[in-house]
Amino acid sequence: MKPSTWCAAIVLAAAAPTVAGQSGALRPPSAFSSIADERERSQALFAEAGKVIQSPRCLNCHPVQRRPTQGDDLHAHMPPMYAGARDHGVPGMPCTTCHGKSNMATLSKGVASIPGNARWALAPSSMAWQGKSLSEICEQIKDRSRNGGHSLAEIHEHMATDPLVAWAWNPGERRVPAPGTQKQLGELVEAWISTGAHCPPK
Amino acid sequence: MTIVKINGRSMRIDGPEDMPLLWAVRDILGMTGTKFGCGIGLCGACTVHIDGVAARSCITPLDAVGGKSITTIEGVGKTPEGAAVQKAWLAAEVPQCGYCQSGQIMSAAALLAANPKPSDSDIDQVMAGNVCRCGTYVRIRKGIKQAARSLGKEKS
Amino acid sequence: MNLSRRRFMQTGGALWLAFHVPGAASTESETSFAPNAYLRVDPRGQVTVIVAYVEMGQGTYTSIPMLVAEELEVSLSSVRVEHAPPDERFYGNPFLGGIQATGNSNAIRGSWEPMRRAGAVAKTLLVQAAAVQWKVEPASCRAEKGAVVHSASGRRLPYGALVAAAAKLPVPAPESVTLKPRERFKLIGTPAKRLDLAGKVNGAAIYGIDAKVPGMKIATLAMSPAFGGRLRNMDDAAAKAVPGVRQIVRLDDAVAVVADHMWAAKQGLAALKIEWEDGANAALSSASLAADMEAASRKPGAVARNDGDFAKALETAATRHEAVYQAPFLAHATMEPMNCTVHVRKDSCEVWTGTQAMTRARAAAAQTAGLPLERVTVHNHLLGGGFGRRLEIDGIVRAVQVAKQVDGPVKVIYTREEDIQHDMYRPYFYDRMTAGLDAQGMPVAWSHRITGSSIMARWAPPFFQKGLDPETVDGAVEPPYALPNMRIEYVHHEPPGIPTAFWRGVGPAHNVFMVESFIDELAAVAGKDPVAYRRALLAANPRARAVLDLAAGKAGWGKPLAGRAGRGVSLQHAFGSYLAQVAEVEVAASGEVRVRRVVCAVDCGTVVNPDTVRAQMESGVAFGVSAALREEVTLKGGRVEQTNFGDYRVLRIDEMPSVDVYLVDSREAPGGIGETATACVMPALTNAIFAATGKRIRKLPVANQAATSKI
Repeated sequence: MKPSTWCAAIVLAAAAPTVAGQSGALRPPSAFSSIADERERSQALFAEAGKVIQSPRCLNCHPVQRRPTQGDDLHAHMPPMYAGARDHGVPGMPCTTCHGKSNMATLSKGVASIPGNARWALAPSSMAWQGKSLSEICEQIKDRSRNGGHSLAEIHEHMATDPLVAWAWNPGERRVPAPGTQKQLGELVEAWISTGAHCPPK
Repeated sequence: MTIVKINGRSMRIDGPEDMPLLWAVRDILGMTGTKFGCGIGLCGACTVHIDGVAARSCITPLDAVGGKSITTIEGVGKTPEGAAVQKAWLAAEVPQCGYCQSGQIMSAAALLAANPKPSDSDIDQVMAGNVCRCGTYVRIRKGIKQAARSLGKEKS
Repeated sequence: MNLSRRRFMQTGGALWLAFHVPGAASTESETSFAPNAYLRVDPRGQVTVIVAYVEMGQGTYTSIPMLVAEELEVSLSSVRVEHAPPDERFYGNPFLGGIQATGNSNAIRGSWEPMRRAGAVAKTLLVQAAAVQWKVEPASCRAEKGAVVHSASGRRLPYGALVAAAAKLPVPAPESVTLKPRERFKLIGTPAKRLDLAGKVNGAAIYGIDAKVPGMKIATLAMSPAFGGRLRNMDDAAAKAVPGVRQIVRLDDAVAVVADHMWAAKQGLAALKIEWEDGANAALSSASLAADMEAASRKPGAVARNDGDFAKALETAATRHEAVYQAPFLAHATMEPMNCTVHVRKDSCEVWTGTQAMTRARAAAAQTAGLPLERVTVHNHLLGGGFGRRLEIDGIVRAVQVAKQVDGPVKVIYTREEDIQHDMYRPYFYDRMTAGLDAQGMPVAWSHRITGSSIMARWAPPFFQKGLDPETVDGAVEPPYALPNMRIEYVHHEPPGIPTAFWRGVGPAHNVFMVESFIDELAAVAGKDPVAYRRALLAANPRARAVLDLAAGKAGWGKPLAGRAGRGVSLQHAFGSYLAQVAEVEVAASGEVRVRRVVCAVDCGTVVNPDTVRAQMESGVAFGVSAALREEVTLKGGRVEQTNFGDYRVLRIDEMPSVDVYLVDSREAPGGIGETATACVMPALTNAIFAATGKRIRKLPVANQAATSKI
């Protein structure tokens, strides 16, 4: 296959929502070094990072409507839950009503654990990802007016080291983690930035 | 050994760290007002307050509550919101079988403590976390509004 | 002491009371006055009413004491309530063949006459005792506010001072005492405050799951996931090592972990390595069950009603319309999960639980423990929801099976997952309906063939006769309409392996859905308004017509509605009451259904406590809407797929419609109300969806069905 067709195939595949619940490996930046064109290489790196970004573990807290979702199929959060004015739940029912500082094993059939993290909260609406193409998400991540005013370096640090992001790889009993590791994600994002931070085509 | 304050009294709970507060309260302390409904935080029957904020005791382990102040249904009547809710519940004759009502009252009191004048939508958003199979929802809504009014009068 | 004892049974409408004066063995009887099995008064004047019908939210512990307090002339708030012990001589339900059970919305119907008479007998004796003491005529005295007063002299004696003397007087026959005329009711008909609420708002109320027995251990269990499966193998080494775990109990088809507390029991369960043998039902699925039902429904059934000549009338009808309706397996999902505490000793057994069927609970414990009945004691408790689940004794059997292997008392608590996956379900019904219409679109022939499980055939076999039982066809066999050439059949088809049980609303909960949906379809075929169409069939049924008109009027039937919304009507004569409901729903393009309001017009005859009636309307609407919108138990691999409230989604406050209740003022005999609204509201909801979208719902739950309706 010609490199350009191969890249197009990857990009097309990445533009579709991730197959729910598929964990697995993340390819390292070196796997993309054979893509000669820097722009295309950059896009392919982001598409690989997209396997994490569009995994259910991340998408569930990056909804469009101001309500979290749950599960590998992104169904409505049960019990019904709302972002509230500051994305930490509503007065009387903050996220902490159920979500503690660490995962809790329920020892129950069905729902085996309740997620927990000290920073548990919804992403603000400017960072809503559900239902968007990887290209749109990429533009959003780069846009300072929508990404909380962060530089690309800060975006990298967030992806690579943030403790709430880290949860995606340690989501609790019987919950499929995001692919790869946080460190690998960080490496991909770093490589993406150093190749010009190009977004996949629309 | 976990040391907590429950309804104002200091208590020592001798239970494993990962034990949910619900079972510590019910089985070790023998306080049966807080109920078991689902075990995974979906129904709200187990709702207590931790430092004044609603928490679902079936999914809150003992190692998360050491040194904290817990209020259960047996003690919430000592808070202004709890007392107002209980009074309104009796006036409006809210409970039917009553099993979910400990949790309903705890959630309603937490709502009013955080939001003294809740709208219908505010009530929906918070109270939708508490299931009632007898369908006392119409009266729960009425009771919350009545409690809010009486709290408002107290403060003015 | 004059002992008077009669059989407690229903004969041709007259109810006979069994009266039993307690023997000397009871210390209380030496000091208390107890002229019958339903009340006693102690020397301090404390009145205790013994209520045979359990309190599961429907208000029996208030409305039944109201009947006694009215005649006894005491304030309701001064009355104490006790659960009746198991004894069908006195506490059998006359509407359930004398079985001591609470169900089928007949507690008031069963108590209306006997409990008033019980109070009136006691009052008569207390008045007589005072009259003897004062040496005056009893007719010159009256009972008032817990005391007897001699009208002329104003002398007054509180009941407490009279109990010793009253206890010595011969007890009059209950049918001989005069009951108060309605005009003199002070309590009956008023929204008297419930007696059981204080404990329900402060955590003091004790449900079965709260029972505390010294030395009690706590157990939870895992039962064979596939119905009818067995325990093949188990490695319990890791479970036994869990701190707090005391014992692992093996049964043929279940495992129980006995521990110091529930958490240790759950940890123990999680540490067990269990191998189940799924057994004969391993291939059962919802699809296979539905296919079986469909096939069974093709055969003619036992005939429950056959007026005129359906086949002939159908042949000559101008139009023919038919439909298949289906209603799913449903779980009870009471808020209080199944639980039972048992102490089996060498020659006795004690049980603490919440049950709707005391005598069955006791008999089941006795049989499982291998003990005679008189060695078994059952302590009943408040129920955290019944809905028919606690008419069954499977949980008690389980607990006794476990307790037999445990030294000392053990509380067996089902997890919510076991509660849902080992429920006994409202059966699946597959119904075929056919009607013939004349040139004006009015029915000239009506056929309804019901296919499904007969709960009665197992629960009370004497009621299952010649392929029929009254409960399965209830709501189908006597709709309120004048329908000529009516043929109602029942095909008895038991789903293999799946336990079925009574669910709130029983027969009407599925049959009224079918009847009211089909009548609505016929109205549409005839091009007529659904209310007018029904009204035209109610010439001979004024009470039904009255509630229909009242509901339609109050709901603003015919007035335009904002948005993509519609109104649906349903009418029901069931449980001895008449109910019409109009549901107003809004359907989003996505198919999401929002029930905005339900207007209820109810004629339940004489009302004992109007607030109870309103509360049961609200309650029944919630329960019925919950089921109709989304509830469904599905099976795969011989096991139930649902696990908890996440996948068995029940109604929450954010979806609760407003409920407007209009009570018809009636002097007719009281009708039942506990299940009434649940049955009626489901077709009101689906008929409203039709009005809003043109989409006819023939299979419950609604779920996403309205998503593909025309705009």
